[in-house]
Amino acid sequence: MNETMAQISDLAFEAALAGYVVALVCYAIELASRRGGDRGDAQAAGVASRAAQRGGTSTLTRTGGGSSGVTGNVAGGATGAIGLIAPLPTASWGVRFGRAAVVVTVVAVIANVVSVVTRGLAVGRLPLGNMYEFTSVICAAITICWLIVFARTGARTMGAFVMLPVVILAFVAGTVLYVPAAPVVPALNSYWKWIHVTTVALSSSVLMVSGAASVLYLLRGRYERRLAALRPSGGGGGNDIAGVRGFDAARPEVGSPAAEQAGAARTDRSLLGRLPSLATLDRIAYRTAIVAFPVYTFAVIAGALWAEVAWGRYWGWDPKETCAFVTWVIYAAYLHARSTAGWRGRRAAWISVVGFASIMFNLFFVNMVVSGLHSYAGLN
Amino acid sequence: MTVRDSTQPTDADLQIDPDAASAVGRPLPPGQGFFGRLLAAGRNVWRQLTSMRVALILLFLLALASLPGALLPQWSLNSAKTAQYLLDYPTMGPILDRLGLFEVFASPWYAAIYLALFLSLIGCVLPRSLSFIGQLRMPPVATPRKLSRLPHHHRLEVDGTSQEVAARIRAGLRGWRVEQRSELLAGVARGIALDVGGSAVVGANGAAEGETTAAADSDLAATTVLPNSALPNSALTISAEKGYLREVGNLVFHLSLLGLLIAIAVGKLVGYEGSVIVNTGSQFCSTSPASYDNFRPGLLVDGTEMVPFCVDLQNFHAAYTDQGEATEFAATVRYQAGADAGTDTWHDATLRVNDPLRMDGERLYLLGHGFSPHFQITYPDGSVRDYAEQFAPEPNDPNFTSEGAVKVTDPPGVTGDDIRKQQLAIVGIFAPTASVHGGIMTSSFPAANDPGVAIDIYRGDLGMEGGRSQSIFSIDTSQVDKGALVKQERTNLMMGESVTLDDGTKITFTGYNEWVSLQTSFDPAQVWALVSAVLLLSGLMVSLIIKRRRVWFRLRPAGRNDGVTSGDGTADRTVVEIGGLARTDQAGYGEEFSTLTALPEPGRR
Ligand code: HEM
Repeated sequence: MNETMAQISDLAFEAALAGYVVALVCYAIELASRRGGDRGDAQAAGVASRAAQRGGTSTLTRTGGGSSGVTGNVAGGATGAIGLIAPLPTASWGVRFGRAAVVVTVVAVIANVVSVVTRGLAVGRLPLGNMYEFTSVICAAITICWLIVFARTGARTMGAFVMLPVVILAFVAGTVLYVPAAPVVPALNSYWKWIHVTTVALSSSVLMVSGAASVLYLLRGRYERRLAALRPSGGGGGNDIAGVRGFDAARPEVGSPAAEQAGAARTDRSLLGRLPSLATLDRIAYRTAIVAFPVYTFAVIAGALWAEVAWGRYWGWDPKETCAFVTWVIYAAYLHARSTAGWRGRRAAWISVVGFASIMFNLFFVNMVVSGLHSYAGLN
Repeated sequence: MTVRDSTQPTDADLQIDPDAASAVGRPLPPGQGFFGRLLAAGRNVWRQLTSMRVALILLFLLALASLPGALLPQWSLNSAKTAQYLLDYPTMGPILDRLGLFEVFASPWYAAIYLALFLSLIGCVLPRSLSFIGQLRMPPVATPRKLSRLPHHHRLEVDGTSQEVAARIRAGLRGWRVEQRSELLAGVARGIALDVGGSAVVGANGAAEGETTAAADSDLAATTVLPNSALPNSALTISAEKGYLREVGNLVFHLSLLGLLIAIAVGKLVGYEGSVIVNTGSQFCSTSPASYDNFRPGLLVDGTEMVPFCVDLQNFHAAYTDQGEATEFAATVRYQAGADAGTDTWHDATLRVNDPLRMDGERLYLLGHGFSPHFQITYPDGSVRDYAEQFAPEPNDPNFTSEGAVKVTDPPGVTGDDIRKQQLAIVGIFAPTASVHGGIMTSSFPAANDPGVAIDIYRGDLGMEGGRSQSIFSIDTSQVDKGALVKQERTNLMMGESVTLDDGTKITFTGYNEWVSLQTSFDPAQVWALVSAVLLLSGLMVSLIIKRRRVWFRLRPAGRNDGVTSGDGTADRTVVEIGGLARTDQAGYGEEFSTLTALPEPGRR
């Protein structure tokens, strides 16, 4: 065992934890500092410029006179950009904090990855041999997934809500779960175990980002519903209401940015109003889920292959396996809900949140409490 | 249902959504006979069962029903713990037990849920795939009248005649199924539009068609009146569709789910598991359930048709690091299986943890190992006997301190009632590497470097006659409490050392050998479970990665739209209206759609 590497790993983990905390604070400051008013215009500009960058159809430049098509054009062209909070030409201090948060997140996640890698080098095996290492990998994977989501959607205001669980997990990992580096019996492990544990960690992390997006979706949806109830009926609120009702959530492009911004300006007074739009949150939740679900499915299959070589049966309904199955069924239900009339939007989001809870339960409660009796393969 | 929802050609229009049909339920025509009603009712139940909504609910129920399996002890996994639970909760326990909550995965209500789910699956997926095959033979649907109502819509004016622009678009639609049509007459065009809108609604909404088609009809009619008068005499339309493989993936996924279930069920019916402890140097033959210490048969297994195999355990080897962590467990065996059984043909093999021996049907696993200390007892009458008994490793002791008992039920030279006074028991621990602190022996290393035993020796009545079975690892302490069994000596012995009792009985710790615990598993359907799982995963990935989507282009010469007669210069500009619809989930179509909207532009290809 390599002591130096072990020390580097521990230091890097502390740096990562510190970084995550700083990032969380920065995201939170940005979130708290967003003010309404002039925001609407700036956002519109951002949306348009982003749409143009995408080589899409910038309505403003191409449509010309055909007034009947304008709304539709905007919707089509700005597809990728709805809910995008584009950087302002003159960044306010809040936005600066937001950008700093992203930078700090990147630095922290690099430290986290360094910690994981050096831990692996120190112990001469995949660093997924106990709950500390496992949780550390999950923190890194969640954060990387979040950075990818951010790069694709620009939904920076979601950052605080992703970093919060990461900070909690990293803190628990560094305190309660921490164990010094030590090698674990390499010869006794099937390589299926490593494949299984790695894919479980990765897919669970991505599903956690999905769950966070769904939680925010529900929060924001509730907020918008309350707002809609206060608002006199009709007018530009139609899209919001439709979205909240859940009919259009699977078709985010229906909502026109103009209406979104009108909504945004009105909803900007609450913290919840500063979240990414419902459409964006829905898309984040869905896209991450469909990336993670096959990986998770594969992880369960790999687990079954491992069980077959290790215990003589590929499936035995022990608590861990049962929980994995339950989680899998819940996410299957989520994907179903998204193609079932009347279940899109809010109800689907609820299912996703239940799936999220089930993942957390499976990773932490079952590993540490239930399967204490089942002695699960080094993860306790 | 609002007009807006029903007229918009959403995904629901274009996919066979059994939901909409079942949600409303077809009202029974009056005056039908009993059987007609019964048929209708049955059809209604079937339609409900195969709806997506019910599938969702069943999925939830399945998840919910599985939960007790994780949270409560289960008979099949840990009967001791389950029994303890019943003792701990004397009121709730039996109720839960009767409900089958301690045997969730074998309970009838669990079976009911998954059978309903799979019935629903068949009823849902098969018709869907049939209609998909039908769709494969048809060209992409005609262009809807009102492209602006689609979730994705765009409109632009480009250089070139309709024909030129159409050629450009078609060149860009490589990999799509494309159909070009011309809408010659306003009336015909309207007919198509209605047809599309109408039939889509019928397809989706079966029962509700009266209401919704009417709505669609009036809406379309109302809105087509105006543009109709201004419609040019000819417009070109291009319909294109892509991502058919998605349906295939979806189908493969659901069907292999079924296959997986069947494979699991077959395994549970005809498979079995047996475990047995075998000493090094001895043979084990699997001929009937009775050859095992513990046998768990499948529901259809009565033990008569087991294919025999024999294993000769020649050697067991464990390797450890200096810290005492195991690096290898390996059992060297000879085996004969299938036709070889009973002959002199043996095959060599090494059994390792995580590396079972796969014979013709059975798989043989090395699950654990332990020690059997050897004792030699010299009796007062001068006779000498050797004893070896398996000791059980203490759970959670990495150093393999093992507990057990050697019981002498028939001491030599003793007859009649005296036997029950002269039985012997050696009870205690075996430490592969013994270290003694303050008289207490523990093991400091898992390998047998310096074995020792710490034993209590009892004499008296072991209490074996009552017919009650005893653990082989311990004595019946109630005999001790009764005074029937009396402790004679407590001592620590290293290898070769001995202790002599007051009557001259001499007990020597002479050595040890190792035993392994083996498990036989037989599941002929296992490979089909794997095949199903792989297909399932592939189908899932295909159906999640590939998006089924449609795009329509309507091309009209520019300028005519406003009723202005085409001048010489305006004819070679074309107004293109584009609509896009992703059939299942819109998320993600936007980016692709924006590249599609650039197709009509000149100079792209
Ligand atoms: C046995 C439990 C089931 C599981 C685990 C399951 C799982 C899934 C999953 C993961 C998907 C998403 C894949 C995709 O989007 O293409 C899906 C899609 C689908 N499932 Fe199931 N399913 C089950 C039962 C059923 C049943 C009973 C039905 C019919 C009522 C059904 C009908 C469908 C349909 C129509 C889709 C495609 C939805 C779409 O077009 O987006 N499934 N299923």
